[in-house]
Amino acid sequence: MSDLNLAKKISIDPITRLEGHGKIEIFLDEAGEVDKAYLQLPDLRGFEKFAEGRPAEDMPQITSRICGVCPGAHHMAATKALDALFDVKPTVTARLIREVYYNLHYFEDHLLHFYFLGGPDFIVGPTAPKSERNVLGVIDKVGVEIGKQVIDIRQRARKLIDQIAGRAIHPVLGLPGGVSKQMTPDIRDSLRVFSKDAVAFAQFTLKVFDDIVWKNPAYRELLLGNVYRCETYYMGMVDPQGHSDIYDGDIRVVDQKGKEFITFAPKDYAKVIAEHVEPWTYVKFPYLRDIGWKGFVDGPGSGMYRVAPTARMNVSNSMSTPLAQEQRLIYENAMGGKIVHSVLANHWARLVEVLNNAERVQQLIEHEAFLSPEIRNMNLNTPKEGVGIVEAPRGTLIHHYTSDKNGIITSANMIVASLANVSAMSMNIQSAAKAFIHKGKVDDGLLNMVEMAFRTYDPCLSCATHNLPGKMPLQVNLHQTGNAGRTILRNSDGSINESQISKEGNHG
Amino acid sequence: MSKVKAAIYWCSSCGGCDEAIVDMGERILAVRDAVDFVFWPCAMDPKYSDVEAMADGEIVVSLINGAIRTSEQEHISKLLRKKSQLVVAFGSCACSGGIPALANLKSKKGIFDRSYLNSPTNVNPSGVVPLEHSHTADGYPMELPKFYETVYKLDDIIEVDYYLPGCSPNGDMVFNALSAILSGKLPPKGSVLLPDIALCQSCDRNSTKPDSLGFTEFKRLIHVQADPSQCFLNQGILCMGPATRNGCGYPCIQGNMPCTGCMGPVGSKDQGARMMSAIGGIMEGESEEQIAKTLDGIPDPAGTFYRYSMSSSLLGSHRKENK
Repeated sequence: MSDLNLAKKISIDPITRLEGHGKIEIFLDEAGEVDKAYLQLPDLRGFEKFAEGRPAEDMPQITSRICGVCPGAHHMAATKALDALFDVKPTVTARLIREVYYNLHYFEDHLLHFYFLGGPDFIVGPTAPKSERNVLGVIDKVGVEIGKQVIDIRQRARKLIDQIAGRAIHPVLGLPGGVSKQMTPDIRDSLRVFSKDAVAFAQFTLKVFDDIVWKNPAYRELLLGNVYRCETYYMGMVDPQGHSDIYDGDIRVVDQKGKEFITFAPKDYAKVIAEHVEPWTYVKFPYLRDIGWKGFVDGPGSGMYRVAPTARMNVSNSMSTPLAQEQRLIYENAMGGKIVHSVLANHWARLVEVLNNAERVQQLIEHEAFLSPEIRNMNLNTPKEGVGIVEAPRGTLIHHYTSDKNGIITSANMIVASLANVSAMSMNIQSAAKAFIHKGKVDDGLLNMVEMAFRTYDPCLSCATHNLPGKMPLQVNLHQTGNAGRTILRNSDGSINESQISKEGNHG
Repeated sequence: MSKVKAAIYWCSSCGGCDEAIVDMGERILAVRDAVDFVFWPCAMDPKYSDVEAMADGEIVVSLINGAIRTSEQEHISKLLRKKSQLVVAFGSCACSGGIPALANLKSKKGIFDRSYLNSPTNVNPSGVVPLEHSHTADGYPMELPKFYETVYKLDDIIEVDYYLPGCSPNGDMVFNALSAILSGKLPPKGSVLLPDIALCQSCDRNSTKPDSLGFTEFKRLIHVQADPSQCFLNQGILCMGPATRNGCGYPCIQGNMPCTGCMGPVGSKDQGARMMSAIGGIMEGESEEQIAKTLDGIPDPAGTFYRYSMSSSLLGSHRKENK
């Protein structure tokens, strides 16, 4: 068969998902060297279509089901889109409550990533036995007492979210022009105690990063080296003073040198962002419309842009709180300046944000209006069209709705944060594969490097993963001309098994 | 004593059900002492081949969350069924379709057209849509699982032994269900692992619930601000409490928002029918006209009464194939 040549392919399936299941396809040339690699996402749920016909006020609760790990981000983007749809400004109190809620959500979500998901690679170490590269390994490394503190502070944050927003997984807080529930002195007291501890815990975590990661020359090399690095445009939200802002503001895009490319208001997003469709994956690839889609390449000629913590640092001037700003300067000095292209730097930037979240909660709850009963502005206007944008923990997230005059949704468009990074992730997987696969040979080093290429990019790919002993599931199917296929399976102790591939092959 | 072998798998879902397992908090360490998770793609090695190599019935229990929309999800569910003594439909999507099954009100073509052709950000002049078999720009062959015409609940695809609804179930519900399975103190096969009583019965606003009050209009939350001390129905705001199973601790109502029914039906298989009869009993209306006017305040009855159970309803079922 003529496509035998095309059968020289390595499938990594499954990796964990990004709103579904993920798969990596690596194609080899005649000599067994890597030619191309692609990240494929084989799931689609169609939220944009089935939003049509639903009452607009149901969107915050329906769209939170896009992601159960960061439901708060979709809930907030949808709620802000409703503010715009009904042309209503939330009350001061409502805005305070929403921002407190959102900073708490960030705080627990970011910490989950550092201690449970991506962080173990660093805290325990990329060369540690794989059975230890998980949260229990982290606890061994930092001590049981600290481990308990990690679990405790996260549970306290989630409990406070329950009190403010009904529930952590799929909150019920957001309504156009406001929120559903008034805050009480008791809740504020709990928030005071919590946020003080949260600031201290964030500072401690930055110290853990400094002691364990930055002071280790091997890890420093990974952070600063060229293995995981590409030069793209960056996107993120800024407030009127140019601070990084997760809840509200304009969207700024900078180029590979850190120079402003454009700053736009949320309603203009479709003038700036376009999406490309490929036939081999269920997700789309967002890019900068004016630059154009040039395929999976970086540089100023490619419209590829990246989002998430490092991107937010790259586009903004400074942090909105003093302690976080101090830490940001340390990060920038260490990483070599204002614009950072290192993928692994996301781990560090994320922790600077955690400190910012804790400080923001402290500031917001002391506002005189926090406990006011003025939680909603009921002066809604006839709805027509609205765009809501927030910075999700994983980057710029856009919800756009149109409705009839009764507020029944007629169309919806959502650009999910993680997708902006998928094309870059594909590129990094390809460069890792090229560096580690030669003459068709696959070994554990490859699997680890590929693993790190996507994990550092986007915790949503590892959605809720790695919170228990274990590691990324990796199975590699290697197809070569003239030979029977082989399945290479990495076991939990890190050992590798090889076997003949079955006739059915792997499940695509 | 050897540990009990268990598996956790996700189909078309959001990841919230896996977070719910983590939300057991420190109790998950106790569970781990008793359970060996042999397959949990989000947290452990997947080992499809290991599962395939297991004897039939070797896994004591598989918890499967998410609805079924693709051929891959069907394949893995069937594999786990074969290898497991017990299968639990975990969460609203597996039990009855959940939020993804709202897509059953639309066609597959409608979903594809909206996603890939007609959105305001798409630049797709040649009308590319994802295909089961395709090629990359470099000519390499690629495959995707088949995307079905409709969203199935788990027991449309395989036999299910027990159900744990909720979007998502909370940590207590998960822990109690696992404890029941581990201790073998299980109700008859086919049961929901929760008490069969309505949410209203535990709700602290129940004393203000109307029993025969004749009201003539439903109010949408864009038009009213809810009083946190009063039953939502008493305020003319639709709350799914009367038709919905208890067990969640009514966190939405504590957030001052009405129940939307994620725990599934109480007492009957059809949550929507149950809810319509509940509101029928308290609604004023002699003439059809008057009733129709009252129902204007519920502009999306299908998506409201079957918010999480579309795969259990007849709506959109004409697209179902026999599985």
